[in-house]
Amino acid sequence: MFAYFIRRLLAAVMLLFVVSAITYAIFFVLPRLAGSTPDQLAAQYIGKSPDAKTIEAVKKNLGLDDPVYVQYWDFIRGIFAGREFNFGPDPSQCDAPCLGYSFRKHVEVWPEMLDRLPVTASLAIGAAVLWLISGVTTGVISALRPGSVFDRAAMGIALAGVSLPMFFTGTVALALFTFHWEIFPNEYTPLTENPVRWFQGLMLPWFSLAFLYSALYARLTRAGMLETMGEDYIRTARAKGLKEPVVITRHGLRSALTPIVTIFGMDFALLLGGAVITETVFSFDGVGSWAVQSINENDLPPILGVTLFAAFFIVMCNLVVDFVYAAIDPRVRVS
Amino acid sequence: MTGLTKTGAVGEPVPTGTEASAFLDIRDLKVHFPTDDGLVKSVDGLSFQLEKGRTLGIVGESGSGKSVTSLAVMGLHTAGQYGKRRRAQLSGEIWLNGQELLSAEPDAVRRLRGREMSMIFQDPLSALHPYYKIGYQIVEAYRVHHDVDKKTARKRAIEMLDRVGIPQPDKRVDDYPHQFSGGMRQRAMIAMALVNNPELLIADEPTTALDVTVQAQILDLIRDLQKEFGSAVVIITHDLGVVAELADDILVMYGGRCVEKGSAEQIFEQPQHPYTWGLLGSMPRIDREATDRLTPVKGSPPSLINVPAGCAFHPRCPYADVPADNASRTVRPELREVGSGGVAGGGHFVACHMGQEDRERIYAEEIAPKL
Amino acid sequence: MPETKADKVTDAAAGSVADGGVPTTDPAPVGRLRKKPAAGTEPLLRVSGLAKHFPIRKGLLQRQVGAVQAVDGIDFEVLPGETLGVVGESGCGKSTMGRLITRLLEPTAGTVEFQGRDITHLSTGRMRPLRRDVQMIFQDPYSSLNPRHTVGTIVGAPFKLQNVTPEGGVKRAVQGILERVGLNPEHYNRYPHEFSGGQRQRIGIARALALQPKLIVADEPVSALDVSIQAQVVNLLDDLQQEFGLTYVIIAHDLSVVRHVSDRIAVMYLGKVVELADRDSLYRAPLHPYTKALMSAVPVPDTKRRQQRERILLKGDVPSPIAPPAGCRFHTRCWKATEVCRTKEPPLLELKPGQRTACWHPENAPDQAPDDKK
Repeated sequence: MFAYFIRRLLAAVMLLFVVSAITYAIFFVLPRLAGSTPDQLAAQYIGKSPDAKTIEAVKKNLGLDDPVYVQYWDFIRGIFAGREFNFGPDPSQCDAPCLGYSFRKHVEVWPEMLDRLPVTASLAIGAAVLWLISGVTTGVISALRPGSVFDRAAMGIALAGVSLPMFFTGTVALALFTFHWEIFPNEYTPLTENPVRWFQGLMLPWFSLAFLYSALYARLTRAGMLETMGEDYIRTARAKGLKEPVVITRHGLRSALTPIVTIFGMDFALLLGGAVITETVFSFDGVGSWAVQSINENDLPPILGVTLFAAFFIVMCNLVVDFVYAAIDPRVRVS
Repeated sequence: MTGLTKTGAVGEPVPTGTEASAFLDIRDLKVHFPTDDGLVKSVDGLSFQLEKGRTLGIVGESGSGKSVTSLAVMGLHTAGQYGKRRRAQLSGEIWLNGQELLSAEPDAVRRLRGREMSMIFQDPLSALHPYYKIGYQIVEAYRVHHDVDKKTARKRAIEMLDRVGIPQPDKRVDDYPHQFSGGMRQRAMIAMALVNNPELLIADEPTTALDVTVQAQILDLIRDLQKEFGSAVVIITHDLGVVAELADDILVMYGGRCVEKGSAEQIFEQPQHPYTWGLLGSMPRIDREATDRLTPVKGSPPSLINVPAGCAFHPRCPYADVPADNASRTVRPELREVGSGGVAGGGHFVACHMGQEDRERIYAEEIAPKL
Repeated sequence: MPETKADKVTDAAAGSVADGGVPTTDPAPVGRLRKKPAAGTEPLLRVSGLAKHFPIRKGLLQRQVGAVQAVDGIDFEVLPGETLGVVGESGCGKSTMGRLITRLLEPTAGTVEFQGRDITHLSTGRMRPLRRDVQMIFQDPYSSLNPRHTVGTIVGAPFKLQNVTPEGGVKRAVQGILERVGLNPEHYNRYPHEFSGGQRQRIGIARALALQPKLIVADEPVSALDVSIQAQVVNLLDDLQQEFGLTYVIIAHDLSVVRHVSDRIAVMYLGKVVELADRDSLYRAPLHPYTKALMSAVPVPDTKRRQQRERILLKGDVPSPIAPPAGCRFHTRCWKATEVCRTKEPPLLELKPGQRTACWHPENAPDQAPDDKK
């Protein structure tokens, strides 16, 4: 078990390294290959009216005249040890983890992201709890009574949930619950400030997100349960005289949940890296909407930062999934 | 009731509605499954009796209804079935120790499962839950029916693993099923089935998935345990060799019905039904010189949706024309007792339209020399 | 009794001659006449030192940490027109062996000669013409037939692959074969799922038979079938052999079936051949203790024999082929094992005419290491 742990951990670190290298290459090496000079590259970081002095300053700060590996090394060192940016009125020390510096806005990427993370995290965690509970429960009940009225209704709704895009569901929810009936406010209030307002403000995005995801999870759970409940060991569990709820949860659901864990890890990580559409629809200032905003303004450092940040969450969540998997299925540990 | 001997397990069919006369008494059991193609009559009127301390072998090919019968006794066709659409339709009576199971409350039957009656299955790897330790699975089986703490139950589990011949049971109790070999898994299954000292053990193809040398070990184990616990054992198999090793009585099934039943000696030495002859003739024998050719049964097993009219075996029976008036194709044969020397009473029953003289002549002249 | 293939290839007619040319004192064969090719007949297939190790890789770098020694150095030959039965328990390597001799797997070591020609390392392209002569029948008639192809396509495929146009066209040839294996030729356009298990196995046999091969390797051809259907297929294989002069290697775990179909039998245990003998000698007086135990473990459909039979109950299961026991691989379960068994591997020796075994303390033959103590 310990060796397995170490192996997965090493693999995750390797993967992160590769992802960072590829991301870095996309931002800094590809444009060079496409023929951009360091000056042109630097100009992109500034804005509409670059003058020679600022271009020179950006070049110096990013080390664009250095060989690529030196640039990359500076970048990586910045993440672990911090680096200094001398730009604008006063020099700023970008502490580790330094994910870059927006020359346009004169801010560091990491603190900006950190400010927005609670919004995204509140959104992701709340929605995840909601969709896991509703999706799995619906899936289990459907699977136990295949073909029943409940099953057909639930699967019909699930089909709608999977097919309707977020910007439709979210917009309709906003129109009805916020603007028409005025039940839920549409604003994000930090949890520390006012928990009740925080909760109320998040209700709509939570339900809209959960509607989308629980549909998918209900279908997955139903398929998994249908298969598991036909297994021989379920028959054995019944032959022992176990009560049906025990058979369903302890023997059936535990096996059916393994694929769910995998997909959940992926979905949750993607959301943490920025629930782009949801945040945009509900005008929340989260990591995702910040990335969209930066793309619109062609402000590259935040985009690079968010990309790496999202990659980090995906790799970490996958690592957690691997461990959960090993905890669920003893056969994984051996091989 | 003249034909019912005291020790005989299989007796004359008892009319339904009366009290049970044997430990396990099955009367006119029918198990039908509605499907889109029609009603599948997996078991269609089966009766037999079994006393404690006896072993009954149910023999048949796939689709003969032998496994469906065992699941019906265990109440496993209805357990966990909520929707009405796929539900098996059961009728008849199943008496276990004086209690009728088909009309009993589902929860009462559940309390009997694992305690009064338990079952082992064909493939021990898929029958054990891959995520739980062997010990846990046995403990679970014990604690459903006994109000004891985990420590006591664990001690009991180790004791049972030891009894079924698992080396170092106190260590292996914490292994997962995939860490056991095939033979050990089946031993663990047996330990789990016997942990509550059930009075009825049903073994459904218990050795089919195992190697020959391991099969011999498991058959030996079942025989020993039965002697020790004195329970009634039903062994379900397609292998006549396995029943010859274990069974006191044998019931041959074909197309959801019993075509012949009697003591093991009667079935092997004076088989009466052409299907039984076919099974015996189909088997290559290791204990005899290789004969010229096997004498297989022609054709394939019948559809259970459109069971052939009359005797279900008639399309494959070489002697279908022997009975007069085309009876094989029109009238369904009932089980009748085979007389020995003109007197009924040996507990040997056959469902065949041929007269006993015809059967005995054909067996002596055509069948026996080829076996 | 129809004239057998053996009568055509054998000149030494009356006194049957076993391997090595020593006349045996066999009683007249009971029942079916068995074919005994003459001594010196060129074997159709010769296998020597054949081994297949499946590597086990572990870790990030996928280093090889061990190997499943599925087949570990076996020698035998198959004479034209005979049936070699290969028996053994799961994990003994019999199926791997079947895939090696048909070149579906690449051997780790050893050679396979077909009609005197070394085919061990032939490329796929150069194997193709040989595929006409060597065909395989698989165990599971459900998964070995493509469900999207009609029976006609499946059985006709070998013609297409080999670019052979039979007289009268492919369809006619296929229908002829279908009829020969007991299927209705009008079912040419049906799909596998419309057939029962036994009929599917007949389709598999028809496919193998299409190009009139010389050698058919059948891996558990009847074990997935019901008893009454098994007998039909066994008889069919028998008839086809007589009619087309086929040579069979039949791999099975069922000793009764193997006894019925084989002329000679190889008993395998953990990747090794432990005994190789003609059928009647093997079943009358097995030399290897494992053979004896295996035979005594088979349940017999006879209640009278229940008490009389001498039964040897082997302890435990077959050890893992990843780390097979040193010396004789059977020593961990053998009741006769002594020191030499634990340390030295016994060679496969012909201890009786036509009966080879690899054992230090054989049954029914002189002890090979009489001084060795337990």
